[in-house]
Amino acid sequence: MKILVCISHVPDTTSKINFTDNDTAFDTNGVQFVINPNDEFGLTRAMWFKEKQGASVDVVNVGGAETESTLRKALAIGADTAIRINTEAKDGFQVAKELATVAQNGAYDLIIAGRESIDYNGGMVPGMLAGLTGANFVNTCINLEIDGTNATAIREIDGGKETVSTSLPLVIGGQKGLVEESDLRIPNMRGIMMARKKPLNVVEPTGATLDTTTAGFEKPAPKGAVKLVDNVDDLINLLHNEAKAI
Amino acid sequence: MSVLVYTESENGTFKKTAFEVASYAKGIADMMGTSVTAVTINADDTTILGTYGVDKVLNVSNNKLSSFNASAFAKALAQAAQAENAKVVILSQSADAKYLAGLLAVQLEAGYASNAIALPESTAPFKIKRTAFTNKAFNTTEINTDIKIVGLGKNAYGLKENSGAAIATAFEPSLSDADYGVQVQSVDKVTDKVSIADAEIVVSAGRGLKGPENWGMIEEMAEILGAATACSKPVSDLGWRPHGEHVGQTGKPVASNLYIAIGISGAIQHLAGINSSKVKVVINTDAEAPFFKAADYGIVGDAFEIVPQLNEKLKAFMAANQ
Repeated sequence: MKILVCISHVPDTTSKINFTDNDTAFDTNGVQFVINPNDEFGLTRAMWFKEKQGASVDVVNVGGAETESTLRKALAIGADTAIRINTEAKDGFQVAKELATVAQNGAYDLIIAGRESIDYNGGMVPGMLAGLTGANFVNTCINLEIDGTNATAIREIDGGKETVSTSLPLVIGGQKGLVEESDLRIPNMRGIMMARKKPLNVVEPTGATLDTTTAGFEKPAPKGAVKLVDNVDDLINLLHNEAKAI
Repeated sequence: MSVLVYTESENGTFKKTAFEVASYAKGIADMMGTSVTAVTINADDTTILGTYGVDKVLNVSNNKLSSFNASAFAKALAQAAQAENAKVVILSQSADAKYLAGLLAVQLEAGYASNAIALPESTAPFKIKRTAFTNKAFNTTEINTDIKIVGLGKNAYGLKENSGAAIATAFEPSLSDADYGVQVQSVDKVTDKVSIADAEIVVSAGRGLKGPENWGMIEEMAEILGAATACSKPVSDLGWRPHGEHVGQTGKPVASNLYIAIGISGAIQHLAGINSSKVKVVINTDAEAPFFKAADYGIVGDAFEIVPQLNEKLKAFMAANQ
């Protein structure tokens, strides 16, 4: 089985979010970048398939040279080959189109992308990738088993979960549940050393058009201070009369 | 060239988000000087959509679509958009709508802006504000394609009553076997409780509760308020509560009217997931807990003392006010 895991290079959750260039660009100054958490669950599940069922695992990212550290981390976790599509990721559809070309050229059986990135939260790349490649698609996937070319998946729905059966080729929008938090791997020294020797191939973009562009960013207005009360009657009164929440 | 809106139903009955997206579609249609067409799939009675400004309804009635199927539903919506020559398509941000959005965008070659929080700033160019960086910022997205898809964040617009004729016509999309590549085997849905996605109020608890045996008072509060129960990540990782209750960055997002956090310190990952909630209440013994900085109302104190008192008073309040 050939697996492709799509990796987004995102600011660590604890990063301070600031903007530059008149609020039109994200300020990367002092920001630590990580593998998008939703992608990391997918990568870890892919490693499980590799180790238990036999599979090759490639990782791919759309981004400039500065994103290679994130791909190296994925290699250190155990991916075999990394591919970097050499263009700045600006729009979900653009990213999906670039990924679709790599996916089709590589004839992958299983493509795993996170349900959304924690920076733009677009939540569109997995579905678009499935639409573009014609593969089956399961989003918000919390469990995935593969048997030959058949797949059984559990997807999170509003208020519960749903078990579906489908077949390869398959695109997964992954999240926590594909593996547990405790299954995530921290690269060890050997993995990091090996990752340096693994191939990281840079491919040029097809030049997909930008269907959306970012006109600007803004931060939420500063929040007022919390109102502390010392008894439940006051709390109910405020929630009812002031906040109108009950 | 109407505005097309997908009004979701479950077992024939509209979800509340259906009325919110319909209200929103009407808002955009007014900006553009056009009408609203809703698409329903196996919905029973569609006249109510008129209340929220829908002019025309395309009813899809098809037994094969009795379970949600992202590929087939996306195709039905794409064909409806083409039939109506719609330039704007509005979706909710339910799990199902998010599932089909990317597929629909490919079929319509449409740019897609998810998590929109307001009407567009302008419709030509089409500029719309949405949340980004997991609710830590907003960005204004300009959609450049001929057809635009907008996903409206839950509770971002509210319900707005209007009058529309909601003239219903049957619509039969042309679907093929290839659209059923993913088959639903079973659905495991708690039907006697409110889901986090649908809830107006969410009652959430964390490690401060010390053990799963202490959740009775949380469930009681949820029952009194008609709320959903949720939990912090450590609590689901410890197995005290099911994973489906985990809210936060890697769990479920919450955009309720009221979010009550009990014994949750407020890690940044947790706050990111619940920040879209309108009113936040924190009950925590630690006055320094970061959650107090993100909250609107708070009580510093022991949940084991305060929650039972609160439940008693809430019970009386609800009885008196309903």
